[in-house]
Amino acid sequence: MSEESERETNPPPPPPCPTVSQREQWMVESQVFQIYQLFATIPRNAQTLMLELQRDNHMQYVSKGLRHLSSAFSVLDANRPWLCYWIFHSIALLGESVDDELEDNAIDFLNRCQDPNGGYAGGPGQMPHIATTYAAVNSLITLGGEKSLASINRDKLYGFLRRMKQPNGGFRMHDEGEIDVRACYTAISVASVLNILDDELIQNVGDYIISCQTYEGGIAGEPGSEAHGGYTFCGLATMILIGEVNHLDLPRLVDWVVFRQGKECGFQGRTNKLVDGCYSFWQGGAVALLQRLSSIINKQMEETSQIFAVSYVSEAKESLDGTSSHATCRGEHEGTSESSSSDFKNIAYKFINEWRAQEPLFHSIALQQYILLCAQEQEGGLRDKPGKRRDHYHTCYCLSGLSLCQYSWSKHPDSPPLPNLVLGPYSNLLEPIHPLFNVVLGRYREAHEFFFTES
Amino acid sequence: MKEGEQQRVPLRERAEWSDVTPLPQNDGPNPVVPIQYTEDFSQVMDYFRAVYLADERSPRALALTAEAVQFNSGNYTVCQVRIKFFRLRLFLFISSLLQVWHFRRLLLESLKVDLNAELDFVERMAAGNSKNYQMWHHRRWVAEKLGPEARKNELEFTKKILSVDAKHYHAWSHRQWVLQALGGWEDELNYCTELLKEDIFNNSAWNQRYFVITRSPFLGGLKAMRESEVLYTIEAIIAYPENESSWRYLRGLYKGETTSWVNDPQVSSVCLKILRTKSNYVFALSTILDLICFGYLPNEDFRDAIDALKTADMDKQNLDDNEKGEQQNLNIAQNICSILEQVDPIRTNYWIWRKSRLPLSA
Repeated sequence: MSEESERETNPPPPPPCPTVSQREQWMVESQVFQIYQLFATIPRNAQTLMLELQRDNHMQYVSKGLRHLSSAFSVLDANRPWLCYWIFHSIALLGESVDDELEDNAIDFLNRCQDPNGGYAGGPGQMPHIATTYAAVNSLITLGGEKSLASINRDKLYGFLRRMKQPNGGFRMHDEGEIDVRACYTAISVASVLNILDDELIQNVGDYIISCQTYEGGIAGEPGSEAHGGYTFCGLATMILIGEVNHLDLPRLVDWVVFRQGKECGFQGRTNKLVDGCYSFWQGGAVALLQRLSSIINKQMEETSQIFAVSYVSEAKESLDGTSSHATCRGEHEGTSESSSSDFKNIAYKFINEWRAQEPLFHSIALQQYILLCAQEQEGGLRDKPGKRRDHYHTCYCLSGLSLCQYSWSKHPDSPPLPNLVLGPYSNLLEPIHPLFNVVLGRYREAHEFFFTES
Repeated sequence: MKEGEQQRVPLRERAEWSDVTPLPQNDGPNPVVPIQYTEDFSQVMDYFRAVYLADERSPRALALTAEAVQFNSGNYTVCQVRIKFFRLRLFLFISSLLQVWHFRRLLLESLKVDLNAELDFVERMAAGNSKNYQMWHHRRWVAEKLGPEARKNELEFTKKILSVDAKHYHAWSHRQWVLQALGGWEDELNYCTELLKEDIFNNSAWNQRYFVITRSPFLGGLKAMRESEVLYTIEAIIAYPENESSWRYLRGLYKGETTSWVNDPQVSSVCLKILRTKSNYVFALSTILDLICFGYLPNEDFRDAIDALKTADMDKQNLDDNEKGEQQNLNIAQNICSILEQVDPIRTNYWIWRKSRLPLSA
């Protein structure tokens, strides 16, 4: 660099006093780096110990919640199917199961939450809500078995979803409730997995989600709001499930989501916010979904870069040979309206079985490091970040994120990963999940067989 | 017990409730995830179920919904012991007391209650725990009923919450609704400027700024605002080039108009300026990379600045100044990806992927 240009670029004067965002960020960084530094200085066998997933303790922690929750949980009174889902899903991720009696009790309890007019409420006799419906359905799929799956009244549930459907394409969470991207995802997710998805439910959902993609690239809860990890996962998964994912600006979405992983190694939920273990799933899940959209992303990049042709001809060909992901982007041949009901009905199934996964776009080992060293409590349970307390929600979503990481290089969703891709002892390996629903893959397959061959 | 807090009389000891038989929740014989409700909480809910089922539209029912809601407002005083309720602040799907809020709205309508008082009530509840969808949904409902007269109050209310937590998602979302439904846009851009002056890293304030310049009926839209906003943003970038918010905002100012973005010399020159400082240049490099992918032709100054960032061990073979035109651009883009792979290691996979997807000469 010439002297002249150096003179031009005098560094700006030192900033005055750090802002709130900076102070909070530095505090978390220093806590996290302290842990990583400690880790770097201890002997190898101690490191292995530190990286070990405390399976028994986690199992003990979540199982206890099934039988007893203190009065501090009163605020979760309207979220009991969620507590079921967080706990049963954690148990399934750990490759464990509950005894028959507990399973029967759970089915019975969730049935008491089922509304006579369809959908599930947060507790017995309460008002049905789409999010608790999603939690109840995912719980029952995770429990598995004929009794559990047959307990879901699909006809009534369909009626409930139709009642929540809004003219703008979105869904209300409950009768006179709020309309947002969460409601879209939970509605479409249960409809898809239960094989009751149809054109009426899908109508205009895509337009609503598109209106929530922000200038940053991520997706917000409502049009105009800020891009956010939870809503981004929900919006992206919804668009895939209805076969319209090609209408999102995917290159910008990828760019936004990969920048949410920070030097703390975990994900933050929004730009310039703090890392939180639960985003291991929401953001990590969004990246995992994007990993299987490469042919659509490539196509979008090709269309937008006006000057040049893009240099991945061989790969594009390969992915077309191997998969049929382009068949599901309905808008690809605008106006030909080749979408028939069979298009979206099988998307979730094809998504894991046929859509080829490219290599992960995030740092999988780093994220595993954050989950195991910073989010894990040795005594059982996982948490947001060091200094916070464990809870069932974070346990569920940290473990879900960990599973995604472990299988992130697998071409096929349940082929076991190589040992070097699983941080810590290989016994840390969890069960793989279906990333569109966040249920363990084996349980998803059973449910798919049940709901798709029965009718 | 704090001063002013009265000892709570249990409902079954209150004369005005003697005619009501409380209705317990039917959890079944062997419930899972059973919550050990406090005596007070379950009692209030048992009475609530009874009046809800009887659809009793009475002032005492309204008072009862208020009692129930108070349990969720964070700290609740029971028997002089403060119980800190479990909080799941970040959980996206959490809902609480759906029916209570729902029934409360029915009661407010039937009893023709002064809705301004209701706003005060919600404000008191929000002071304890404001991260709750039902409360905000309820507030929106009340404000909508009141119409434009609620505007000032609602803007003040959200401002108060944002002064404590400047990134409060619900508060921002409510504020945006107020602006769109009830108006009050006039000072909003100044408000954003004020918040960004306090904390330039506050991405929620940047998002609100974008909301205002694209949707305010007084500002003429994105195109009309672009020139002044670009200047504002560039200043912010130069002050804190590590601030992702301002970079994303700058890109957002050209949303849907990639050609203007690629051709605006202000964009490329701020990138160059940051590159030359040799520090905090990840966003500058990533912006240049995007520009090149959209057809921008970097000049020699850029090539020098990028070259100066290459480390000694970095593969030098890409840098061949004899190449011309598009091939040379491709080389620069490859160099940028290589630098980013090294200086931004958490995103190595992303930069490798970007490198593999660079546009080639036709």
